[in-house]
Amino acid sequence: MGEKSVALDVEIPSDVKYIEKVIELAALRCRELHVPARKCSLNVRVALAEALSNAILRGNATGDGKRVRVRATVSDDEVVFDVFDDGPGFDLAAPRADPTTPENRLKEEGRGLYLMGRLMDRVERFTSEGNVVRLTLRRK
Amino acid sequence: MSFAITRQGEVVVVDVEGQLIVGNRQELKQKVLDELEKGAKQFLIDFSQTGYIDSSGLGVLVSLSKKIREQGGELRLANLNDDLQTLFELTKLDTLFQISDTRERALESF
Repeated sequence: MGEKSVALDVEIPSDVKYIEKVIELAALRCRELHVPARKCSLNVRVALAEALSNAILRGNATGDGKRVRVRATVSDDEVVFDVFDDGPGFDLAAPRADPTTPENRLKEEGRGLYLMGRLMDRVERFTSEGNVVRLTLRRK
Repeated sequence: MSFAITRQGEVVVVDVEGQLIVGNRQELKQKVLDELEKGAKQFLIDFSQTGYIDSSGLGVLVSLSKKIREQGGELRLANLNDDLQTLFELTKLDTLFQISDTRERALESF
């Protein structure tokens, strides 16, 4: 894999009202990096929206004075989005109900991690300067 | 991001002006529930100005669909772009909603 560079590094207050602006910025950078338009408009926007709302509503929870950071690094092959929050994190490997089965389709919740997994090539979680969810998307 | 509500005959038409995401989904839910409480039964949500919907937005549509059906009504959707269509297919919500490619076709379908 070639050299990596930082394509985006922004920090926002832990409030859902800031999500849309960050997503539009990320989608714009994505287009500037010549990632296919569909990946920028759908995969990046929706998966990042899920990661950000998880970070704000579940990670930081009450959120007083907390912040969320989004950093995107790019290499020849991939764009990697790291979403940092101050929460305890969660177990990505924990079994979850499939939201697409007929019995789960009528539920209001439970599609966020599923969509991240379907729209990104890799979804990982680790601890480094807080809780980090890493979304990796191949550029081609 | 806002929602414009108009009436086309018996149908309450909601135009989603922007994205349907965690920050505004409750506003949509409340506006539709208010109309339902006033006695409306037929609802059309038009997404012609919407680029994407997140999981909480999809969840609100599922919840509204159930509540409207419980009251003997119907919720239909129109004007999903290719990205939205893909989202509905990925989540298999395309099997739950009647989706029309134009507003006119959706209105005729009630």
